[in-house]
Amino acid sequence: MADPRSLMPKRAPDGARLSRRGFLVSMCAAGAVFGFPKAPLAAMDPGAADGLPIEAAGGKFEPAIWYWIDGEGRVNVNIIRAEMGQHVGTAIARILADELGAAWEDVHITHVDTDPKWGLMVTGGSWSVWQSWPLYRQAGAAGRVALAQKAAELWGVDVAAVTVENGEVRAGARVAGFGELVRAGITQSFTEEELKALPLKAHAELKLIGKELAALDIRAKTTGETIYGIDAKIEGMVHATPILPPTRYGSTITAIDDSAAKAVKGYLETLALDDPSGTAPGWAMVIAESQWAAMKAAGLVKVSYALNEAAAGVDEAAIQAENLRLVEDEAAGALLESGNSDVAPVFAGAADTFEASYTTQTVLHFQLEPLNALVFLGEDGVWQVHTGNQWQSLCLPWIQTALGVAEDKVVMRSYMLGGGFGRRLNGDYIVPAALASKALGGKPVKMVMRREDDSAFDSVRSPSLSKLRMAFDGDKKVIAMETAVASGWPTKVMVPGFMPKGTNGEAYDPFASDGADHWYETGAQRVRAISNELAEATFRPGWLRSVSPGWINFAVESFMDEAARHIGADPLAFRLGQFTAEGRNAGSAPDAVGGARRQAAVLARVAELSGYGKTDLPADTAIGLATTYGQSRSMPTWVGGAAQVRVDRATGRVDLQKLWIVVDCGTVVDPNGAHAQVEGGALWGVSMALYEGTEFAQGLPRDRNLDDYTPLRMIDSPPIEIEFVPSTEVPTGLGEPGTTVVAPAIANAIFAAVGVRMRHLPITPAAVLAALKAQG
Amino acid sequence: MIEFKINGRAVSLDIDPETPLMWAIRDDIGLTGTKYGCGIGLCGACTVHVGGRPTRSCITPVKDVIGAEITTIEGLSPTGEHPVQKVWRDLQVPQCGYCQSGQIMTAAALIKDIPEPTDADIDAVMTGNVCRCMTYNRIRDAVRTAAAAMKEEATNG
Repeated sequence: MADPRSLMPKRAPDGARLSRRGFLVSMCAAGAVFGFPKAPLAAMDPGAADGLPIEAAGGKFEPAIWYWIDGEGRVNVNIIRAEMGQHVGTAIARILADELGAAWEDVHITHVDTDPKWGLMVTGGSWSVWQSWPLYRQAGAAGRVALAQKAAELWGVDVAAVTVENGEVRAGARVAGFGELVRAGITQSFTEEELKALPLKAHAELKLIGKELAALDIRAKTTGETIYGIDAKIEGMVHATPILPPTRYGSTITAIDDSAAKAVKGYLETLALDDPSGTAPGWAMVIAESQWAAMKAAGLVKVSYALNEAAAGVDEAAIQAENLRLVEDEAAGALLESGNSDVAPVFAGAADTFEASYTTQTVLHFQLEPLNALVFLGEDGVWQVHTGNQWQSLCLPWIQTALGVAEDKVVMRSYMLGGGFGRRLNGDYIVPAALASKALGGKPVKMVMRREDDSAFDSVRSPSLSKLRMAFDGDKKVIAMETAVASGWPTKVMVPGFMPKGTNGEAYDPFASDGADHWYETGAQRVRAISNELAEATFRPGWLRSVSPGWINFAVESFMDEAARHIGADPLAFRLGQFTAEGRNAGSAPDAVGGARRQAAVLARVAELSGYGKTDLPADTAIGLATTYGQSRSMPTWVGGAAQVRVDRATGRVDLQKLWIVVDCGTVVDPNGAHAQVEGGALWGVSMALYEGTEFAQGLPRDRNLDDYTPLRMIDSPPIEIEFVPSTEVPTGLGEPGTTVVAPAIANAIFAAVGVRMRHLPITPAAVLAALKAQG
Repeated sequence: MIEFKINGRAVSLDIDPETPLMWAIRDDIGLTGTKYGCGIGLCGACTVHVGGRPTRSCITPVKDVIGAEITTIEGLSPTGEHPVQKVWRDLQVPQCGYCQSGQIMTAAALIKDIPEPTDADIDAVMTGNVCRCMTYNRIRDAVRTAAAAMKEEATNG
């Protein structure tokens, strides 16, 4: 249901496909495209040691805004996505290069700044490859056609006789490189209709898609040369570290005493920030000549506040109690489209019913690069923001409001991200740096947050509660299902206009309800999503890797396992039986061809691969299964997962011995990157299932650094076997789906191993031990 | 004045002697491959070699390294061709890459200390370095492969 096409600005009706904006065939001169006075400083090539993109030499042909070819035959692909470990530029550039017929060694990438011509700039939802696929292929085809026509014209041959392959344009014995033809002058342009009508290569003709290629950003990441936001520098900058208020909202500064900080060498001053955008209320900013001086001084400055006592009194238990109250209130929330939702009479007449509730704890992003931003006023009157960010289009208006300037007066240069995982979708951290620069007359201010502060004001994964019910007839056939989910809603807090309306007219956050509208046939089905306003008043809920499919599928897939056992069925056979792939679960072109049939296939395959059902495992050891459709019904990535655990009955410790993941993401564009994304995603799933989580206490997350926040480390990282289903369907997302199956597979394995049902994440040894004791 | 050698170059810094070596390396010396992650020595992103020993530079004040020889990721190999770096590229280990300077510095020291590490050795040493992209399994493979490559090099050299 989270169709990103519904989330796009009105001016781009084709939305996620970006096609309307995509083919403004551009002939603009170099330099004119960037808001920065010096063009190279505006963009970033992660493959270059200094980060500077290449500049066109010997002429330039720009078939679409997405790339140019220069007189030396180099192909420079513009990437609007943030690089945060997915090698996204390499994946997107290869889509274009393959269709163009370029030689891979001629391909370069440029991560661009926030010029409005790029349209919506967001890197999230596992959307990048899926959205870029049709767009960059058409762009590549445009270049191929133009090069062929130029050659045909120069050589006096029929264009049908011209081939473009591996960087060479040929007709009979004649051959030319791209550079030669660009130098001869290509001015061909295409209307949008012409572009859409361009012939695309058949799947079998693709030479780069699905092949092993080295990612362009990797080398610099092994030499320390990659430039992240925290490495940004500009002459004359001062360093800054914030002092946060005691609550995320509503506490105001009453006094600042910096007398003790004055002894710190390099300390300059402490600013009380005044934020017209309301993003960073109550923040103070310590300014110094070095980062260390700013951090040291920040520990010595005493700030007094008028405390928001209500927010300061909120803890995890209060947020979960509110989730429970909301789920039990039948009138609360939005109803999602789910076919026949009239479940009440079916439950009333059912021969048997089963219900269970599941909860998950607060989780931090803890991206390893602490939040930072460098902001200053350029000589041209345009404010420059140098940082890593995942959703530039979302935070630019906040920055403009904070600075009190017009839309065209702020531009962001995109640096590499030392981890995103959704944290940098929320660009709140840029605002205080901008305000500090504004207070200093536009002087360059580089802010780096202390780790503990990054955690304190993280846009956490909200505490959640999911309640599920199922009705059966006298033959134990499933006749109805009801799902209610409650949590703090990120989209409501940050982009309320992006929330679609449910069937009862209430708006809902797709990223806090995806996962509930599964592909199982359950007869009547009612799906209700409820926003927890207490959570939203306490913290700024975040999109965290896999977002709601990460917690709702823990519920759905644990529940399917429980429901199967409740009626005495095998959990695998039970699930397969519900994947009828009929009606609304039949799927549709182009993105969900095959529907539930493909989900059944990955589940069956992972069961086979893992040896699910084998009877020769040691004591207290078992394999559990789970399956999901990745991030959303509109872009399903079909995932099957299996986990083998051994539970230590004496300590409650769960030893995760192995994971198996089978993925059907349609066409695999970048096999090595695909493997890395699924593996990393799955291990995030492990971490959130068994090792990490915190709790709100006095209005803030209690655990703020690695002394008490304990994400997965190597010693607990299990072997993982990953398999991709061969496919020529549309490529769907891979950044998050691997996360979604792991927690329920582990919980189901624990039950199969020792018979205790764990319905709360993370699953701690203490909780397992308590459950074993209760079992007797 | 705080004086030490970094990547073979002598430096002399007029800074607070309590300044963590990491901030001195990043801001005063200008080498940014060494990263700030947790600031309490528990993530390993700031790992450098001090006198050849892997050291958490975020909790090491510069006054403690006076006269020492320090190597950062930039100095591990002048051309970026240390066997560990090469294997890291061959196996496409980095994702976001932010922790990888520290991972590589830790791995290089590990292989020097234990030329034929077992998986248990690798886990025990490398578990001190957090990778939030969770490239752990590739790191484990890479350390194994690099150790084998370095042994081969030593035998043939």
